[in-house]
Amino acid sequence: MAIVYQKSKGLTDAELHYCPGCTHGIVHKLVAEVLEELDLLGTTIGVAPVGCSVFAYNYFNCDMHEAAHGRAPAVATAIKRVSAPGTTVFTYQGDGDLAAIGTAEIVHAAMRGEKFTTIFINNAIYGMTGGQMAPTTMVGQKATTAPLGRDKDHYGSPIRMSEIISTLEGAAYVTRVSVHDLASLNKAKKAIKKAFQMQMEGKGFTFVEVLACCPTNWGKTPAASIEWLKENMIPYFPLGVYKDVDGEVK
Amino acid sequence: MEKELWKGNEAVAEAAIRAGCKYFFGYPITPQNEIPEYLSYHLPKIGGCFLQAESEVAAINMIYGAAGCGVRVMTSSSSPGISLKQEGITYMCGAELPAVIVNMMRGGPGLGTIQPAQGDYFQATRGGGNGDYRHLVYAPATIQEAADYVQMAFDVADLYRNPVMVVADGMIGQMMEAIEWREMPKRELPEKTWATTGTKGERKPNVINSLYIDPNLCAEHNERLAAKYKAMEENETRWEEVNTENCEVLFVAYGTPSRITKAAIKLLEKEGIKAGLFRPITLWPYPSKQLKAAASQESVKAVVDFELSMGQMIDDVKIALEGCRPVTFVGKAGGVVPTPAEVAAAAKAAIGR
Ligand SMILES: Cc1ncc(C[n+]2csc(CCOP(=O)(O)OP(=O)(O)O)c2C)c(N)n1
Ligand code: SF4
Repeated sequence: MAIVYQKSKGLTDAELHYCPGCTHGIVHKLVAEVLEELDLLGTTIGVAPVGCSVFAYNYFNCDMHEAAHGRAPAVATAIKRVSAPGTTVFTYQGDGDLAAIGTAEIVHAAMRGEKFTTIFINNAIYGMTGGQMAPTTMVGQKATTAPLGRDKDHYGSPIRMSEIISTLEGAAYVTRVSVHDLASLNKAKKAIKKAFQMQMEGKGFTFVEVLACCPTNWGKTPAASIEWLKENMIPYFPLGVYKDVDGEVK
Repeated sequence: MEKELWKGNEAVAEAAIRAGCKYFFGYPITPQNEIPEYLSYHLPKIGGCFLQAESEVAAINMIYGAAGCGVRVMTSSSSPGISLKQEGITYMCGAELPAVIVNMMRGGPGLGTIQPAQGDYFQATRGGGNGDYRHLVYAPATIQEAADYVQMAFDVADLYRNPVMVVADGMIGQMMEAIEWREMPKRELPEKTWATTGTKGERKPNVINSLYIDPNLCAEHNERLAAKYKAMEENETRWEEVNTENCEVLFVAYGTPSRITKAAIKLLEKEGIKAGLFRPITLWPYPSKQLKAAASQESVKAVVDFELSMGQMIDDVKIALEGCRPVTFVGKAGGVVPTPAEVAAAAKAAIGR
């Protein structure tokens, strides 16, 4: 029998704990496939965040660190700087982790042009702690700490991290992708691959923001979540390349 | 070896290099700035890396990352900065990562003052971070000791896979003294097979982590850590005794106050009072047994605890003594240093003279 599909060697055999319809698993798979295809697994050190993907250190089949909430870019900075040349380093972070508690760490890592890759999962909510408001929560979107929906007067409007990061000289590649259908998924994988390749070429800091679903805390079915993401998130968080020192933007 | 004149902070930095530390991450704060300044110049010359972080929070998490990769790494700061490092310190204890953390203590609370103080005793010995963790705390009293203990701290950190803290008051960081660079006794250190260096496809992934979501596993982890801390208590406790035999007054002091105490002892001697000094060198583990033995001598009428704080170590003194002798306190916080005469007067008051 011919093998038509195989799990990436970049993932361990551990069973993923994510909810049905959660995007974390899909993005794990893309990162794992890219690391395998680029033959980087043996020389990669990843950094897991605090958030639903905290157990990423059990899933990626490479050396891993579990960082304190929001501090993954600081941890990754040091890993990259003390490790043997040719070591690949990445952080995998949620929006509470990266865009709230860890804002300083991500901005300064990008400013310094740290040569690692950040995979930023923007699901507009705090998943792990049970659906509290994130800095990326949409205006009007309900959260357990914004029961009437995010009020712009009270909390302002969602933060757009790709746009912010792209203003920094040290950032070599900044892109926002989505995984809501096959076409966008293929684009996302290409973006992740490019980010890792540019890291290995020493180009600078590379950042891939992935718009993601959290059906559980959005209170929607997986299918309805995808529709909601398309209708609400993509218009506010436009997909595209925000910075590419190698080529064109958007 | 010849004696050389060294400023405390620079000696600490040079000691780290001599101990094989090639990596430093920190954030500026007085009175420890000469440490990062020295290392920013010297580490690149030996193929290392100095990085000024965006905050102490970032710096300590950089230390976490570097230590997880198996390299020798140090950070230094002063009181308010050490407050921010507490998150990383508990994570490092949890993930069992060796590193050296230096605190050149200044007056507090809050922004306090930049003058020398010892108000971070509780923070250093009780832990400002969450959870049941411990780490060694060396308290050098001279620049020679600062140079020695910083070097030793790296070995001890590696031996136990645990961060080690070196605390000194700003006085020790800022003054100059003649010191000798001496080889520290070498310890047999385990190989860092746990470090993240890339699997090279030759081993299972290594994971640096402090999360044990299963309570049974977390409880087991805590038991294992406790056993390690017990071993540190048994093997790493250090102290010095000066003139304690048959003394009438027993001073307990560490760091700069221990030096002032030595002058006070001379003043008291002129008045026919025999006073001695018990000086903890490790603040954790605390030399409780040894202190009790010194204080339990029949000759001892009073124990005088002297600190540059409003009284923090005094808790450990009382725990050690188990009520066997009265304990009085002398000290000042906020950057003012009592004179030998004031300290001697406190001793006289304690014995009713
Ligand atoms: C210092 C600290 N503060 C708060 C928490 C609790 N906490 C855990 S995960 C999380 C938010 C995670 O949300 P996000 O980063 O968006 O990731 P997601 O779970 O949505 O993937 C918070 C606040 C913590 N672990 N540590
Ligand atoms: S709570 Fe949300 S982010 Fe977390 S695993 Fe479930 S769906 Fe995914």
